[in-house]
Amino acid sequence: MKKHWTNNQLYQLVLTQFLETIREPSVLFWGIGFPILISIGLGLAFTQSSGTQFHVNVVENHATPIDSLITRYGTKTTQDASILYTWTVTDPTLGNTKFIFTHHTWNDAIISLKRGEADLILTYSDGKPCYHFDPHNAQAQLLYLKLSHLLQHPEIKATEEQGHIAPLMLKGVRYIDFLIPGLIALGILNALMWGISYSIIERRSQKLLRRMVATPMRKSNFLIALILVRFVMNVIEASVLFFFAWLFFNTTIQGNIGALFLLFVAGNVSIAGIAVLISSRTEKTEIGTGWINAITMPMMILSGIFFSYHNFPEWSIGFIKLLPLTLLTDGIRSIFNEGAGWMQIAFPSLILSAFGVVCFIVGLKRFRWY
Amino acid sequence: MYQLEVKNVVKSFKDVQAVRDVSFAIPQGKFFALLGPNGAGKTTLVEMMEGLRKPDSGEILINGKSWHKHEKELRKIIGLSLQETRFTEKLTVRETLRLFASFFGLGNERVDEVIDLTDLNDKQKAMVGTLSGGQRQRLALAVALLNSPEILFLDEPTTGLDPHARLDLWNILNSLKKQGNTTLILTTHYMEEAETLCDEIIILDNGKILRQGVLKELLDDNAKNLDELFIHLTGRHLHEETLDK
Repeated sequence: MKKHWTNNQLYQLVLTQFLETIREPSVLFWGIGFPILISIGLGLAFTQSSGTQFHVNVVENHATPIDSLITRYGTKTTQDASILYTWTVTDPTLGNTKFIFTHHTWNDAIISLKRGEADLILTYSDGKPCYHFDPHNAQAQLLYLKLSHLLQHPEIKATEEQGHIAPLMLKGVRYIDFLIPGLIALGILNALMWGISYSIIERRSQKLLRRMVATPMRKSNFLIALILVRFVMNVIEASVLFFFAWLFFNTTIQGNIGALFLLFVAGNVSIAGIAVLISSRTEKTEIGTGWINAITMPMMILSGIFFSYHNFPEWSIGFIKLLPLTLLTDGIRSIFNEGAGWMQIAFPSLILSAFGVVCFIVGLKRFRWY
Repeated sequence: MYQLEVKNVVKSFKDVQAVRDVSFAIPQGKFFALLGPNGAGKTTLVEMMEGLRKPDSGEILINGKSWHKHEKELRKIIGLSLQETRFTEKLTVRETLRLFASFFGLGNERVDEVIDLTDLNDKQKAMVGTLSGGQRQRLALAVALLNSPEILFLDEPTTGLDPHARLDLWNILNSLKKQGNTTLILTTHYMEEAETLCDEIIILDNGKILRQGVLKELLDDNAKNLDELFIHLTGRHLHEETLDK
């Protein structure tokens, strides 16, 4: 009898594997639906206008040719009591480039650079512009090239002189100084989300939670142990990362170490609260993984870990600043690079702790041990 | 007074009535088997007795106390082994036992005793992930015995085990029976297991008790063994697999 090709084992293996995959709706959602939703969300948010935007801090003691150019070509707006001049240069091939100029004192301009709000400080002396930026910062390099090209353009003729670069290698201005606090915050996020959420969901799926609560074990002790271990591991991981950064990049903590610890605890409370909340009912690890990614991925992109969130549209900045990871990252950065102390840290610490406690309480109310 | 009383217990899940008005009582020190095919309602009934599920109606009392009012107290005097529990694979046998012993305020001494009792001496430093099916079941039993429970619930403890591993487990339970301090409620769909280990048998099907009593009293000319009895009661075979001897 002729063997029917549907009896082929490879065919049956592929078929059954395919059926298993499409019959798990949660896997389909997190594998197909979620990326589509992310692309719709981020796509709509960030691709409405093509082009790039750069923030430039202008430091001048008196009126200069740059001043008159900015006022002539720029559109004046006010934001948080600061006056901004937005100069848009159109290019059909490369897209629009938006330069946003803000006047600052030298100290404020440096702080702004440390926070990632701007990439370059522009001054004018001896009849030519001077560009102050970290030469290792690729974004700043690009801004310098575009801006110097613009100021030398025949139609603009801002200056006959080429202008010069004044490399900024101050501690706290370098990209590594921006990155390390972000990586510490990201480490806390990942360690807690995977260490607490995934661990709870996995034990629930293995019926181990059920077995444990069938004993006189205090349920609170289980969660305390889980959170405590993650917290201690986070302290060790952050310390190792800082030690590495200090050894190889001479990174230092310019602010108050006590305030840093307070913020670190508040950040852990906040993320641990989220972790308990999202793992409060989930039974399948596949769904749990999806939830963890749904929480961590957007924050990883938006919260200014690797690059400043000031590059995102203005309307989104207010929301981004309230994300727990942003509050934590900004706080750690301000202590590391700006010398912040207790007063500057009090507000973000309070918000992070309160958010964490609320999530924790809601999570416990919803919590299913089995 | 009975040690365990189940009174008119009913439990449903959506459209399925898992347990229908079940009542029985178990005296102290007896070994009872809940026998029935898959889906008979054995696990649901046992989980209600263990205080892990609430009945829709009816009452379950252990030493005259309900789970609702005396959960803390009752947790200390029962031991249990659930179906499909997977202990953390990255802990050793001893570490797992130490963890569970701590929930009862017990230490190394008791851990040593249950390791001896369940013959896990050679495996006490082995990671749980490396244990065989039989060894895992022995670990589950060791965990259940840590607090020297007055009542021990074992939910299909030998399902999926080879005959040798099954016999090992029976030997442990038989030695426990000789000591006479523990009441055992065992769910199984193996006739031989119920016959070998238990004083009384409750036959369940579709959430109802079909027959209850001492094995000798249950058997007659129509049913010379449990197999025949079940066929006589339901017209169906009880077990899906046959124990190789």
